[in-house]
Amino acid sequence: MEFDTITAISTPMGEGAIAIVRLSGPDAVSIADKVYSGTKRLSEVDTHTIHYGKLIDPKLDQAVEEVMISVMRAPRTFTREDVVEINCHGGLVSVNRVLQLILQQGARLAEPGEFTKRAFLNGRIDLSQAEAVMDLIRAKTDRAMNVALNQMEGRLSSLVMRLRQTLLETIAHVEVNIDYPEYDAEEMTHALLNNNLLTVKKEVESILQTASQGKILREGLSTAIIGRPNVGKSSLMNALVHENKAIVTDIAGTTRDVIEEYVNVRGVPLRLVDTAGIRETEDIVEKIGVEKSRKVLKEADLILLVINGNEVLSHEDENLFRAAEGLDKIVIINKTDLEMKVDMDRVKKLAENSPVIATSLVKEEGIDELEQAIANLFFAGGIEAQDLTYVSNSRHIALLQQTIHHIDEALGGIEADLPIDMVQIDITRAWEILGEIVGDTVSESLIDQLFSQFCLGK
Amino acid sequence: MGYKADTFDVIVVGAGHAGVEAALASARMGAKTLCLTLNLDTVAYMPCNPSVGGPAKGIVVREVDALGGEMARNIDKTHIQMRMLNTGKGPAVRALRAQADKYLYQHEMKKTMENTENLTLRQGMVERLIIEDGECRGVITKTGAEYAAKAVVLTTGTYLRGKIIIGELAYESGPNNMAPSINLSYHLQELGFDMVRFKTGTPPRVNSKTIDYSKTEIQPGDDVPRAFSYETTEFITDQLPCWLTYTGEETHQLINGNLHRSPMYSGMIEGTGPRYCPSIEDKIVRFNDKPRHQIFLEPEGRNTEEVYVQGLSTSLPEDVQKRILATIPGLEKAELMRAGYAIEYDAIVPTQLWPSLETKRVNGLFTAGQLNGTSGYEEAAGQGLMAGINAALKVQDKEPLVLDRSEAYIGVLIDDLITKGTNEPYRLLTSRAEYRLLLRHDNADLRLTKKGHEIGLIPQDRYERFEEKKALIAQEIDRLEHVSIKPSEIVQQVLAESQSTPLKEPMSAANLLKRPEITYPVIHKLVPAETALPETVMEQVEIQVKYAGYIDKQLAQVEKMRKMENKKLPVDLDYMAINGLATEAKQKLHEVRPLSVGQASRVSGVNPADISILLIYLEQGKLAKIAR
Repeated sequence: MEFDTITAISTPMGEGAIAIVRLSGPDAVSIADKVYSGTKRLSEVDTHTIHYGKLIDPKLDQAVEEVMISVMRAPRTFTREDVVEINCHGGLVSVNRVLQLILQQGARLAEPGEFTKRAFLNGRIDLSQAEAVMDLIRAKTDRAMNVALNQMEGRLSSLVMRLRQTLLETIAHVEVNIDYPEYDAEEMTHALLNNNLLTVKKEVESILQTASQGKILREGLSTAIIGRPNVGKSSLMNALVHENKAIVTDIAGTTRDVIEEYVNVRGVPLRLVDTAGIRETEDIVEKIGVEKSRKVLKEADLILLVINGNEVLSHEDENLFRAAEGLDKIVIINKTDLEMKVDMDRVKKLAENSPVIATSLVKEEGIDELEQAIANLFFAGGIEAQDLTYVSNSRHIALLQQTIHHIDEALGGIEADLPIDMVQIDITRAWEILGEIVGDTVSESLIDQLFSQFCLGK
Repeated sequence: MGYKADTFDVIVVGAGHAGVEAALASARMGAKTLCLTLNLDTVAYMPCNPSVGGPAKGIVVREVDALGGEMARNIDKTHIQMRMLNTGKGPAVRALRAQADKYLYQHEMKKTMENTENLTLRQGMVERLIIEDGECRGVITKTGAEYAAKAVVLTTGTYLRGKIIIGELAYESGPNNMAPSINLSYHLQELGFDMVRFKTGTPPRVNSKTIDYSKTEIQPGDDVPRAFSYETTEFITDQLPCWLTYTGEETHQLINGNLHRSPMYSGMIEGTGPRYCPSIEDKIVRFNDKPRHQIFLEPEGRNTEEVYVQGLSTSLPEDVQKRILATIPGLEKAELMRAGYAIEYDAIVPTQLWPSLETKRVNGLFTAGQLNGTSGYEEAAGQGLMAGINAALKVQDKEPLVLDRSEAYIGVLIDDLITKGTNEPYRLLTSRAEYRLLLRHDNADLRLTKKGHEIGLIPQDRYERFEEKKALIAQEIDRLEHVSIKPSEIVQQVLAESQSTPLKEPMSAANLLKRPEITYPVIHKLVPAETALPETVMEQVEIQVKYAGYIDKQLAQVEKMRKMENKKLPVDLDYMAINGLATEAKQKLHEVRPLSVGQASRVSGVNPADISILLIYLEQGKLAKIAR
């Protein structure tokens, strides 16, 4: 059978030190070759061998990962197709970056169970195994649908649905001009179309940059640790980093001395960020006042507010609470190894409904509870830390990129003065792709739109 | 009281736009054919607008022609004006529309039927089918005549339990007060067919002599000769115009004040009406912010003063209709000749059909046209032609002819009906076609003439002319791809005249033609063809070269679709027994019984996971074992 080339992360998400991104299909080797830099081209290596090298992002012309790549040529592979496995650093950020890179080179993200399905369709496994695969497909699809439903309520979905509606109205407008040429609807001109498309494109681009789901997955949940001097902020940071095998990276475009640290806490990617000098937050409230600090703190997705349990609440502590009022936070009462002098009732009141965790960072106590509290907060909707949430987001990113591609094609058609009904082919495609994000590609909705938007008839 | 009447190969019940195509196709393919109609005076009657064609529909007319049907030739002989629509847009959506002389259209069609070999045209009302062992073996008429046949095509239009509604008045009737067909509908229900109740409507007609045309805008036909049929050589030049006027504030107030008398809002109408054909009262209620609605005045023929008031379809009472007319500029003194009305009728649920339009329930029984839940003369003609072809092929013991979604609008129409069904009268729209760049009106002959020839509907001489045209197109495209245009002074000058940028280096003529502003005549000026090419060939060359990029993209999609279409599913597959299929998918697949994985994927409620599971079964060869 003839298939396209698929890819997916094949290792469980989260804790592992190493993750594997797998490709299967006729172009598996050539796709990997586009981003691999090593002593030999992968197309030239022997089958069933493994190679050290670097992955290069062709857009930035920059190395992004150190990897070991296995090349296994058909038919002696799991799927009986050419298979490439990229071993990279574990952790959401790096493995996601590798997957994105591969997707950008033309591989398609695998459906749940698709590697196994191919193995079966290529005659690799027998029927009893196949029936298990079918259960898997069914179960995974249902689970994916649950995730999709959760996301339906999310910001991404509502944005995508609004953009789809804009595109749909545009398409319906073009269609009404075609199917009812004498109807007195305004003619959809190239200029009008151009404007609508540019608006949609801009929004898709900004979703790609800022949609909170995608941002968290690509960049981690930006996390600020605040507190007065000597309450244990550095110890907390070190504890989280130490426990969780942090990846310490230089972020392109920032100065060398601003180091951001990524940690993966029970499946939640955290970016311990130095937002506007948060390491000196002991000073900021004093320096710039509560209101201004609030603005700074609002840029963080999560605030870890540390106070010293061995001291009574100070004016500065109270100000920090005020600055963090109403924001997502966890309050950490440190130094439980010493005598508790802090007024717990007052702290709980100031904490609003945020979790309050007692720790002794010196004695390494309470860190588990803190990690659990972070995970609980992130998965508050009851979503389990499962690969599907993550994968479907990777899928979204790929789909949004395809949407932009088709909008660009349409814009190019307008530029070349092609007839509007041809330009529309790409607009329709963009609309369909956005539909895949929210799980809706029913073409009948165009007909519905046509008749609700315009008054047609004989 | 019954008596044995004659024996035929194929019997077509009905002689509307579906029936005539079915009967003519069947007879021309050599099957001894009987066409029975309630009233011989209404063969190919147009109970609603006197027009043929338009976007999507006009392309169907050309497809009917390319397959050897009659509609295109008949309208070419009997129209009062013709226009090409969407000329400012791309080639894929251009379409012809003709205003018909509805009486001439009927007479011409009847004459053609009367003069067709193997075809018997007879008046009679069919009330029952003769069914033996699940096979349809003939029909029984009201007068007791029992006609035997090997296949029967039902094309009963809006006659089944037809009911006309005008305001508070309702009575059993076919369109335009013709006799309805009551018993046949009950008989179909007895046979186990699922039926639905649909509704459509028509506007009032007025006397042309009482219209003040000075208050309206003229809508003339094109001044270049046009024709639907690829074979038409004589063109009608003497055309009649249509006229445009509008409803106004006064009209809307009057309608709003009389809504309580409208059967739509009093609950008298139970059938589902089409959204694309709303009544004027519907438009005013649903789009109450629109200050005016277009009204086109269309002559019904050359030898009548009757004018069709397009845009004013209504089921309001007759007295209200008269007052509405008086509010419209130009119609203030217009004399009402026939009142508008709504009509309800029974249709069969089309998912009960195979792609050949044969019913799944009764072998040898085919259905086409409005009976299948569509509306429109062209949709009826397309289905009638296919049903007639497939009835004749069945009699000849041959495989049915099925067009896929990339081959014809007729294919899109039938696939939609039998796979998705419809919950309102179905109208073709260009947006229903995924590959509309391939389904152009200009290439219907290239798509379908060969198939028409293979089944015996396209005569040898016509086929040879077609092959010649095809060869000329291929030769010319090949020439343009190989001839190079150099940046000479003359070339640059011609390009400048066409507002095109000068050449920097030599370019193939084909590539130059791809520039939006460069037309074939410009290329012809630069590198003339050796012999003058017919206009249709030049048009084809220009379209195929200019839009090659987009056409290739669609062809690649078609290729993908075909792979799925080629994975066949056994008709007796027991979907209920396939583990892993979702319950909804099981039920829908069980109902539709798709013939291919491709068709299965278009059934509503079937998702990609279900298709994966079907594929797995298919690959494993387990399907045969699960089959009942």
